[in-house]
Amino acid sequence: MTLLYLRDVTTLRLHEEACTGCKVCTLVCPRDVLKMEGKKARIIEKDACIECGACALNCAFDAITVKAGVGCANAIINSKLGRKNACCVIDDDRDVCTSC
Amino acid sequence: MTKDKSRPAKPSPAAALTQLTVVEVKTHLPPSGAALGAGEIREVSSEWTLKDRVGGWKVRWGIGRNSYRVRPGLYALGEPDRRSPVLVSANYKLSFDVLRRAMAGGKAWILVLDSDGVNVWCAAGKGTLGTEELVHRIRSTNLPEVVDHRKLIVPQLGAVGIAAHEVKKHSGFRVVFGPVRAGDLPRFLDNGFKADNAMRTVTFTLRERLVLVPMEIVPAMRYAVPVLLLLVLFGGFGRWGYSTEALLRNGASAAAALAGALLAGAVITPLLLPWLPGRSFSAKGFVPGLAWALLFVFPAGAFLPETANLSPWETAAWVLALPALSAFLSMNFTGSSTVTSLSGVKKEMRYAFPLQAIGALGGLLLWVAGHFLGGRA
Ligand code: SF4
Ligand code: SF4
Repeated sequence: MTLLYLRDVTTLRLHEEACTGCKVCTLVCPRDVLKMEGKKARIIEKDACIECGACALNCAFDAITVKAGVGCANAIINSKLGRKNACCVIDDDRDVCTSC
Repeated sequence: MTKDKSRPAKPSPAAALTQLTVVEVKTHLPPSGAALGAGEIREVSSEWTLKDRVGGWKVRWGIGRNSYRVRPGLYALGEPDRRSPVLVSANYKLSFDVLRRAMAGGKAWILVLDSDGVNVWCAAGKGTLGTEELVHRIRSTNLPEVVDHRKLIVPQLGAVGIAAHEVKKHSGFRVVFGPVRAGDLPRFLDNGFKADNAMRTVTFTLRERLVLVPMEIVPAMRYAVPVLLLLVLFGGFGRWGYSTEALLRNGASAAAALAGALLAGAVITPLLLPWLPGRSFSAKGFVPGLAWALLFVFPAGAFLPETANLSPWETAAWVLALPALSAFLSMNFTGSSTVTSLSGVKKEMRYAFPLQAIGALGGLLLWVAGHFLGGRA
């Protein structure tokens, strides 16, 4: 079961005409948002997108755009307060950001 | 292999000892100059020492977290040869430790990038670990001379900062994105460098959330302790003027109320996350907060002497403030979760923050006012 966050907020956009069907985006997405349908990539679970930006960065054909960032309330508070350092930590063998 | 000067020719007990000490622990490295240069390859073991375990524990509880790093450069694990795979890691020591432990019994080169001591995901998100750093590190360690192949295994989440096609263009190395979890690496390598769907996607299981709880409590204390001090300060004043007895009683009642809200927001909400109603973290966090508030004000007299005979003012104050505090603390978990997006958190904060502020301030006012206007002295 995929835990989904807020509805319809992601800035992810797929520009089908530019997609060459190389599959790279479907391989780098950590949330299974993109899938190949025939020769084109498709957004199949929009609300699962965490705006990490991996797909857009690794699409050599600029077919994907997303305003990438980290969904962390504390980082937003910190940046509003002008603080620079947030901390990160790893959860056993997987990375996560924790704010401190 | 003439390049790796620091590798002993034959493993000996003495060499095994030095293997364990080459990984720098808790040294604050200057931003440059400390990286391992070309031909300087360090050998590391897949064993975790007591020091590694203590270090990992400390880092989770936020003790000296900023200085937990490894020197960037090339490391040899289990006597690799010219055909052994090259695994890319961040120079956050816990990432590095988890990687070398996962590879126990295997042979690999580990290319440690300078991610400023933070893990792959954070560093890639912040832009400190990207295409440029990878290309630079390939050159500065002389990697093309060390291995015959031209393949790099980068953790899946590194894709947030590393563009595989750009790396190829600038270094000739082909980036293969490996599994999200280092524990899947052996299976990935056996699979012929293929990550299946489960390896590629982030999970957020109960156990994963449980590990994160200590890191929720520490920042939550930062909010709860000042609030408690404030309440204790106000607790002594009332219709009666000032009384130390009132201060102690009201302070104790406030401490119990806040401790429960902290537990609700920083422990219960993360653990019950998938089952709590709503999609936003603040909506989810509101629920255990409300449950605690009701538990605290209604049957409380039965088991907590401090809360016996709460005035209607205090009752209203807690019912208003405790869910708000729990909801606020729950939002802290957005950062450690693997399900939130920046757009989503911004939206959530826009509507939830004002409501939480009203709840907290309203509660404080009612609580203080109650001591001047309300029932008990
Ligand atoms: S990476 Fe770009 S071109 Fe390749 S499938 Fe995805 S959208 Fe299409
Ligand atoms: S931004 Fe990240 S989560 Fe969203 S579709 Fe792209 S790779 Fe997947």
